[in-house]
Amino acid sequence: MSLNSELVTINFGPQHPSMHGVFRLRVTLDGETIVDLEPVFGYLHRGTEKLAEERTYVQIVTLTDRLDYVASMSNNLAYVSAVEKLCNIEVPKRASYIRVIVAELQRIASHLMATGFLLNDLGAFGTPLMYCFREREKILDLFEILCGARITLSYMRPGGIFQDTPQEFWDDLELFLESMPNQIDELESLITGNEIVLSRTRDVGILTPEQVIDASLSGPMLRASSVKWDLRKANPYEIYDEIDFDVPIGATGDTFDRYLIRIKEMRESLKIITQCINLIKPGPVRNEDVPLIIRAPEGEAYVGIEGPKGELGFYLVSDGGISPYRCKIRAPSFINLTLLKEMTAGGKIGDLIVNFGSIDIVLGEVDR
Amino acid sequence: MISFNTLNLFLVDLLSFLPDKLVFTISGLIMSVAICTFLIGLGSVYTWFERRVIARFQNRSGPNRWGPFGILQPIADAVKLLIKEDIIPATADKMVFIAAPIIFLCTTLLVYAFLPLGIDSQLGNINVALLFVLGITSVNALSVFMAGWASRNKYATLGAIRAVAMLISYEVPMAISLMGIVMVSQSLSLVGIVNAQSNIPFIILQPLGAITFMIAAIAEMSRAPFDMIESESELIGGYITEYAGMKFAVFQLSEFLAPIFTASLFTVLFLGGSNPLKFLEFLPIPGILWFASKSFVITAILLWFRSTWPRLRIDQIMGFAWKVLMPAAILNTLLVGLELVFIRDNYILQIIINMLIFVVFIYLIANILGQKRLKLKEPVPSELANMDA
Repeated sequence: MSLNSELVTINFGPQHPSMHGVFRLRVTLDGETIVDLEPVFGYLHRGTEKLAEERTYVQIVTLTDRLDYVASMSNNLAYVSAVEKLCNIEVPKRASYIRVIVAELQRIASHLMATGFLLNDLGAFGTPLMYCFREREKILDLFEILCGARITLSYMRPGGIFQDTPQEFWDDLELFLESMPNQIDELESLITGNEIVLSRTRDVGILTPEQVIDASLSGPMLRASSVKWDLRKANPYEIYDEIDFDVPIGATGDTFDRYLIRIKEMRESLKIITQCINLIKPGPVRNEDVPLIIRAPEGEAYVGIEGPKGELGFYLVSDGGISPYRCKIRAPSFINLTLLKEMTAGGKIGDLIVNFGSIDIVLGEVDR
Repeated sequence: MISFNTLNLFLVDLLSFLPDKLVFTISGLIMSVAICTFLIGLGSVYTWFERRVIARFQNRSGPNRWGPFGILQPIADAVKLLIKEDIIPATADKMVFIAAPIIFLCTTLLVYAFLPLGIDSQLGNINVALLFVLGITSVNALSVFMAGWASRNKYATLGAIRAVAMLISYEVPMAISLMGIVMVSQSLSLVGIVNAQSNIPFIILQPLGAITFMIAAIAEMSRAPFDMIESESELIGGYITEYAGMKFAVFQLSEFLAPIFTASLFTVLFLGGSNPLKFLEFLPIPGILWFASKSFVITAILLWFRSTWPRLRIDQIMGFAWKVLMPAAILNTLLVGLELVFIRDNYILQIIINMLIFVVFIYLIANILGQKRLKLKEPVPSELANMDA
């Protein structure tokens, strides 16, 4: 007797608890095993790139907040760097340091979110997620001191930052730097040695260095597959060349490495912030020569920075007007998603969810 | 001391003017209704307890708006679920869809029929109560499958398939792990098993059997780390995806009753039920309080598991049942059998041998099948692209 079986096609999303927003996957299943999957994007498409063509250069900063909405500072930084390159604007030294500090804080916040949600996807009923959120909350409080907002920050301007930091920011930052290493240790003691986490993530969703380079992946995804590439070192922007830090890499490129790399990067970010605090000196934080309505010279500029999720790039083309002729965003989440099928096909449903969680996407950035 | 039996006798006296059979039926009905009502109430309070405890694990406050410490939250939840629209999907098999939650709740409540909650405190004492309990818990798999299949939803069907595969697998080690205590106590009656533990609770005598039963029971009620059936991050709700309103509430209630039931059964089988702890025997504490406090400790441990551990994958769960729990249960049975033949009365030696084998078994399993055998590799930068080079 032969059993009759057929493939099942099922939609994961756009409303699904672990699709990190409104992502949709058409998955073909053979029982529990994944045969094929096809991502469907665009449920959060807001036409950011087109909107940017009708805003002035300073106004666009607010649009970038809404791309990767858990890492607004990094988006701000990438965008204003592109404008500064386009218009040849000098940035005061103090502003550079503050930019690096907030960008690294944002990296920690984003990695905390990634780790927490990865564990949630693993099925750890919210406890690690809540631990991560508790720490992220402290970072959001710091941002609130700086600019009054917590998520959509719009802190940076072409030619510097919105305003200088109050003293209480530095006091709170000091406290945060003291407590954070212990909190990361606590998180690691909950996760890193956990038998279940190891058996779920080890040797799952392996990506080889060839694969990740061919698909032009970036950020923690790239480094987890033992490719040592970090724009902060490879192509230093702001003041990263003055600072000493390591670029951690993974050994096998599996989901566990992608988790571990984020934990290690958080520790490196803390190192960077501490060094910045020691190096920073009083001075202006904003180039006063930059007008509110910038008229960029005709030309084009591309700047990529090492965002929390990978290479975040802004490509601006100017025709001499008050707004860019074209604004193209290289969104790391979007490009990192391309290997999802290679990671997952042949695995189980549980693997799919975990691999997807380890990519760490934000739909605001994927759909733009 | 007040026990169920004295209450029962009181009822029989009260109704003595009626024919005998009627008296028996009425008093039995009254007692059953009392137990069921109590359990449903307990289940509701337990939802509050679980949410509060897990909230504390997670640095949150949990429900704290209704009543002192939010203790009225279950009432608010019940009212909310009662007045919700009761949706039956158009493509669903209506009869089965409606029957599934009822069967689920009934089986959960039926378990308590023969469970001794204290000294002389059980609705009935039959000589194969253990068999009855094991049998009635397997009916859960059926009702979960009914719910999943009747919903005509792919997530629900997947959840149902998982449920059947998993629950049936875990039945086997669960039943075999209990062979040891049946052999020692020479009884399938739960009262007999409790009485057999008047000196030493079976958790000390048979640690391997106890832990096997515990793990299998956690899987049986599909809680973390075995919460495959409704695994929220994968299958949304699993078999309850399509349920709403009061049917959903009935499922939830039964699920919240499951840990209470598991804790009670574990207390009866391995912790000596209503027997007092040996070194606290002098305290004038009634048996039912001993029973409640032991169950409470087990419930708290289950909550601890739930709030800490992630979930295993389906193939790992199935592998664990057959590769680890099954040998453990059989090993336990074999050991107990040999001990009964050779060193029947030497309890101290039995405990020492069993504890040693327990530790060695756990150690071996962790190092042979666990992740400890795999060392973390040292990362080597790839040659393809290296910014240092």
